[in-house]
Amino acid sequence: MGFKKVSRRGFVGGTAALSSVMVAAPFVRGAHAAGKLSIGFWDHWVPGANKATQKLVQEWGEKEKVEVQIDYITSQGNKLLLTAAAEAQAKSGHDIMTLNTWLPARYADQLTPVNDIMEPLIKQNGKVNGTVEYLGNIGGKWLAVPATSGTQMKGPCSRLDYMKQYAGLDMREIYPAGAPPKADNWNLDTFLKAAEACHKGGHPFGIGLGTTSDNVDAIGTFFHAFGAELVNAKGDIVVKNDAVRQVLDYYKKLMHYLPDDVAAWDDASNNKFLVSGQGALILNPPSAWAVAKRDAPKVAEQCWTHPFPAGPKGRFGPFLPFFWGVWNFGKNQSAAKSLLTHLSQRSSAEQMVEASGGYDLPSFANFMDFKVWAEAEPPKGTLFSYPDPYHTQTLSIAAAPAPHKIAEQIYNQGTMTQMAVRYFKGEPMEKTLDWASNELEGFMRN
Amino acid sequence: MADIAAPTATAVAGDRRTGLHRLMQRKSTIAFLMALPLILLIGILVLYPACYAIWLAMLNKSMSKFVGLGNFQFLFKRDTFWDVVFQSCLFAITAVVFKAIIGFVVAHFVHNIPSKGQRKWRGMLLVPWVIPPAMSTLAWLWLFDPAYSAFNWILAHFGIGPVPWLGEAAWARFAVILVNIWAGAPFFMIMYLAALKSVPEQLYEAAAIDGAAWWQRIWYVTLPMMRNIIAITALFSLIVTFANFDIVRVLTNGGPLTATQLFGTWGFKLGIESGDIPLGSCVVLFMVPILAVAAAFILRDISRRGSEV
Repeated sequence: MGFKKVSRRGFVGGTAALSSVMVAAPFVRGAHAAGKLSIGFWDHWVPGANKATQKLVQEWGEKEKVEVQIDYITSQGNKLLLTAAAEAQAKSGHDIMTLNTWLPARYADQLTPVNDIMEPLIKQNGKVNGTVEYLGNIGGKWLAVPATSGTQMKGPCSRLDYMKQYAGLDMREIYPAGAPPKADNWNLDTFLKAAEACHKGGHPFGIGLGTTSDNVDAIGTFFHAFGAELVNAKGDIVVKNDAVRQVLDYYKKLMHYLPDDVAAWDDASNNKFLVSGQGALILNPPSAWAVAKRDAPKVAEQCWTHPFPAGPKGRFGPFLPFFWGVWNFGKNQSAAKSLLTHLSQRSSAEQMVEASGGYDLPSFANFMDFKVWAEAEPPKGTLFSYPDPYHTQTLSIAAAPAPHKIAEQIYNQGTMTQMAVRYFKGEPMEKTLDWASNELEGFMRN
Repeated sequence: MADIAAPTATAVAGDRRTGLHRLMQRKSTIAFLMALPLILLIGILVLYPACYAIWLAMLNKSMSKFVGLGNFQFLFKRDTFWDVVFQSCLFAITAVVFKAIIGFVVAHFVHNIPSKGQRKWRGMLLVPWVIPPAMSTLAWLWLFDPAYSAFNWILAHFGIGPVPWLGEAAWARFAVILVNIWAGAPFFMIMYLAALKSVPEQLYEAAAIDGAAWWQRIWYVTLPMMRNIIAITALFSLIVTFANFDIVRVLTNGGPLTATQLFGTWGFKLGIESGDIPLGSCVVLFMVPILAVAAAFILRDISRRGSEV
């Protein structure tokens, strides 16, 4: 993959000096900058999480004397996606728009480059991870600013009791709260054995194989762990390789221990599976735990979020970033950039993370030590490892490092999950690879 | 010259006024003017998007180059496209046939209920049709839900193992067709009921005098009298069912694999979700020739019967 691991200390040195530069050079309300600013924010799943962005924007607007209008747009029914598509077509809409995962690349020609704010922010806040760089920085141009709100990791959320009872694994010992992990043996073999044991115990792992985001993010991480690429960074179809065969074989074994209907799962299925008390492990941000905390406290008390098992090519974490982009047809671009700088400050990010109960994950390296993750309970420390404070895994996105327009198709059409289901259902390996190759050829279209 | 020209000009203006007056008095002009707001509305909301979709379908992926019919040629080579064609036809034809049969049977039952209680039954039977499909399909999703399926819970009481309603291709196809039939059959029922009420009672009396059995009355009286309404209802439903989006989107999202993708859902997946708007438009436009052929056959049949009458 070639993603660099996040270094949290790399840029601490220059932070203080740069902060003072940022403070000394505030947004100046020039003739073109004053006036109104409209923002399309993602409508957060977590109740009350929107209040943080609302408060931050309001205080910025009052300080800069800019009239700000916020629209919280849900991603239910793809409303966020449709709004972005409509605005890009009409070349009219919000000044700042929340763009999920692949959209900065999709609308590269219609976004104002934000290098002028991203470079100082990186110096100030630490590096961003490789996935954010891959999705947001194209051809040396930062097309959007990584948004704290909405960005998430879809690592394992295990049931402490089931994992101990059926698989003999004490996840709290492997990933202790407040101490470095002891995860040398937490690898894909252990994972498979645990899946088998929990399945036998009547509480299987809940990993979906539909074509929605949670399912694709999950399988994408397994592909990375095996070093399996469908299309390489140059855009060549390389699906017929041993790593892909290995991961499909692995998934075939794993699927025997998953519920029968995982091929029909959507993004809500795994949450429901955990909250219902049936599942021993799901791959999801802490939203399922948060729902359990409200609706099924006994389940929540047993949940423990932690990094992914390591594969032959390393330990990868399924990371799904959101971005804030500035349309190049926006009327108040300098004000938009000023606001994005404000939202990317440490205190702003911390407020967003706190309001989301730890769900949101900032992309800057120096922001991984907020106390909300250490303090979340029950059980105490349940989210300590969610931001991977010891940087044990490479944050990844399914279909990377393929060129964006191809990777987006692989991701959104669930090519990898479809391959796994086909092979599991008895299709010969080579036929599955031929099918995938044919699909990928179709994605090459310009 | 001026003396001569002046009255001529007045006369011409008068003629014009009279001509305009006559034009305005024509029934067809009044009808046109009254329909004009609707025509404009259709132009803005139907014609413009349709033409725009055709234009989009002829652009390349990044919408920067005109490629003519290139996208259509590309689709012909995709296996998934032919799967979608098959599934759309299977979905639409099966659903319409069952909706028509169920609608016909239920319309007869309702028709035979004494008129006092008929209104209540009509109202109740129309409920599935009047609920927004996205909402009612959510309820069906919970019934079929992998983790909480109410149907499986009931089956379990009879010792029948869990059915993967949405997890297996055949079951998933069955599920989306079933929900479509449930939502659409009341439309057929109400149309057929209206047609039944318009069949003259004397025809049934004459048939009864001739000793016709119940099925003969249906075959020789009811069906011939309802043929046009059956054809029009079937055509209308075929168009709507072919273009279905919400039921599949909510229930299966096109899965498992691509077993329940229809033109509408696959077009959305390609165009909006995957960022290939031209190819998405192209997929959706494939409905037009298929439906045009169906419409031509059905309408030709209706007009032939009309001329026979």
